[in-house]
Amino acid sequence: MTRLAEYRQSRELTVNLVLRELRSRYKRTALGYGWSLLSPLASVAIYGVVFSVFLKVEPPVGDPSGLHSFVLFLVCGLLPWNYFSNCSNASLDALLANANLIRKVYFPRELLVVSATGALLVTYLIELGVLCVILVAVGSMVLPWIPVLLVLVALQAVLVLGVGLALSVLNVYFRDVKHFMILVLMALFYSVPVVYPVTLVPVERTILGVDVPIRFIYELNPLVRMIECYRAVLYDLRFPPLGSFLYFAASAVVFLVAGLVLFSRMDGRLAEEV
Amino acid sequence: MSGPAVVVDHVSKRYRLYHERNQSLKATVLRRRRARYEEFWALTDVSFEIGTGKTFGLIGENGSGKSTLLKCLARILRPETGSIRVDGRLSALLELGAGFHPELSGRENVYLNGAILGLSKRDIDARFDDIVAFSGLEHFIDTPVKGYSSGMYVRLGFAVAINVEPDVLLIDEVLAVGDAEFQQRCAEKFDELRRAGRTIVIVTHALDSIRNLCDEVALLEHGVLQDLGPAVSVINDYEERVHENRRTDGAGWRWGSGEAEVEQVEFLDVAGNPTTRVRTGDPLVFRVHLVAHEPIERPVLGIGVHTLDGVEVTGPNIREAGKVPERFSGRGFIDYRVERMPLLPGTYDFSALLYNYTITHPYDARIRAFRFDVDHGEPAEEHGMITLGGAWDLDGLATPS
Repeated sequence: MTRLAEYRQSRELTVNLVLRELRSRYKRTALGYGWSLLSPLASVAIYGVVFSVFLKVEPPVGDPSGLHSFVLFLVCGLLPWNYFSNCSNASLDALLANANLIRKVYFPRELLVVSATGALLVTYLIELGVLCVILVAVGSMVLPWIPVLLVLVALQAVLVLGVGLALSVLNVYFRDVKHFMILVLMALFYSVPVVYPVTLVPVERTILGVDVPIRFIYELNPLVRMIECYRAVLYDLRFPPLGSFLYFAASAVVFLVAGLVLFSRMDGRLAEEV
Repeated sequence: MSGPAVVVDHVSKRYRLYHERNQSLKATVLRRRRARYEEFWALTDVSFEIGTGKTFGLIGENGSGKSTLLKCLARILRPETGSIRVDGRLSALLELGAGFHPELSGRENVYLNGAILGLSKRDIDARFDDIVAFSGLEHFIDTPVKGYSSGMYVRLGFAVAINVEPDVLLIDEVLAVGDAEFQQRCAEKFDELRRAGRTIVIVTHALDSIRNLCDEVALLEHGVLQDLGPAVSVINDYEERVHENRRTDGAGWRWGSGEAEVEQVEFLDVAGNPTTRVRTGDPLVFRVHLVAHEPIERPVLGIGVHTLDGVEVTGPNIREAGKVPERFSGRGFIDYRVERMPLLPGTYDFSALLYNYTITHPYDARIRAFRFDVDHGEPAEEHGMITLGGAWDLDGLATPS
């Protein structure tokens, strides 16, 4: 039986595992699913106050939407970032938290990562839905762009799955990956244009007598391109810059393939190592 | 359908035994490898086939690799070499309720667990009532399973697993769960599966139940397939070998001054041949071989029979019988002759003690150092340790006129 056929057969299981994640996440909390909206709201409030009021970051004007709001500018980048970072964190624990299952039952272990990121995708879509409603309410007609938005979300889901597969299996063999990722995610957060526009990143800077193309290096990061794409669709209401879009799409596929390859090379002894 | 349901082809499985288990990148970089480990082959070149519809047993002592093999069959472990082919849908009962989420309700967990075992939602919908009825948890099915007792937990897990109705079912000693009534239901369901022509593979220690249950048995020892064949003959050979091993081991306790020694104990059957097995009601001679390195006065020999739990069944000696010799030197033996073995089936320890006449000075005491088995014989009684050898008389019942 090929892996692909196995995945098809396991669709049912994936759905159930996603439901398990969703149902158990907010069990016995008073707010329930409200938390999944409250926590991004809180971070928007905090970042909004710090970067807009204290640091006075000037948001660009949406073209052609005409939007000029730091909070909306922030949310359009923060939601995709949160989805990425939440998925990374969830993937790190996806295998270890299910050690009991892995040691006792066979099923394609990739599904644990798929379901962990899948559950987050559901909340992400809800968040984006709320954002779209708000955008429409402030007069920014985002609805025609939703198909493009969904393409971006699909590409990002592919990307985080690839990253998640790699992280999950690496963390089983090297437990410091999890701690290391705390640092990586912190550094990444400030090296993608979430709380500031890309235009604040200098194009070139001379460091120790060498001309360093800072913006070029900065934009090698697929997450930078990804956020540019989201911003174009949600904040500016236009098609993402083609270069960024293709770069993002290509890296999503590369990450997924790399993640799958790494996972299948390392999952042979999972039942012994978790 | 014919042909093998499971083909195990030259399977070997290696474990790594880590000495320093620091799962860290630093250690990896510094030592240029992950960790020191020793290799341990849990299975070596195991091959066999299981015919479709057969009930197959895997037996062996602890550490023989039988559970490892079962996990390889279940695809939880990946063998280093060789291949395993399974025909049809496979379900493994390695742990009941594996994958239950404590915060979710019984109902939600049934669907989740069913999906893990390979059922679709429609399959589970169709079987849901059966599953709940089987578990007997109708009242609790919508409460979170973390509130369940361990018995309830296991019952629900078993109810789901047994209702999967796979083509090949793997079971790891999980049948011994629940109360008597639940066990009865399990046994019935189990029988139903066998009659329906499902292939079943069981790993267990309980040799007696396997003898009745299985068509074929594979015996593993230290990861090597030792024996393969019809259940009864493989298990009988195995038991014989285990008893053989036991007799020669230096078990029990020993003390004494050593002027004279209990050299050996023999159990002699009716023909005078050494044996370690006797049947209830048959004659047996306990022969204690003695050697005196210097002459001893009025020695007293006592013997004892204990159950494996340490209960003393009997402990006669030659002083009580008024048969103490005046002096003993050189070699010799003393027999204790039993006309009709009153012990009921089981395994018993035998002790032999050589003391002075006042039983204050031990020459040699070998406590529970020898072992023999009692098999079913006449009378065919089951309960207690011994038979009183009585006879039933039903003449007192009113007879129809």
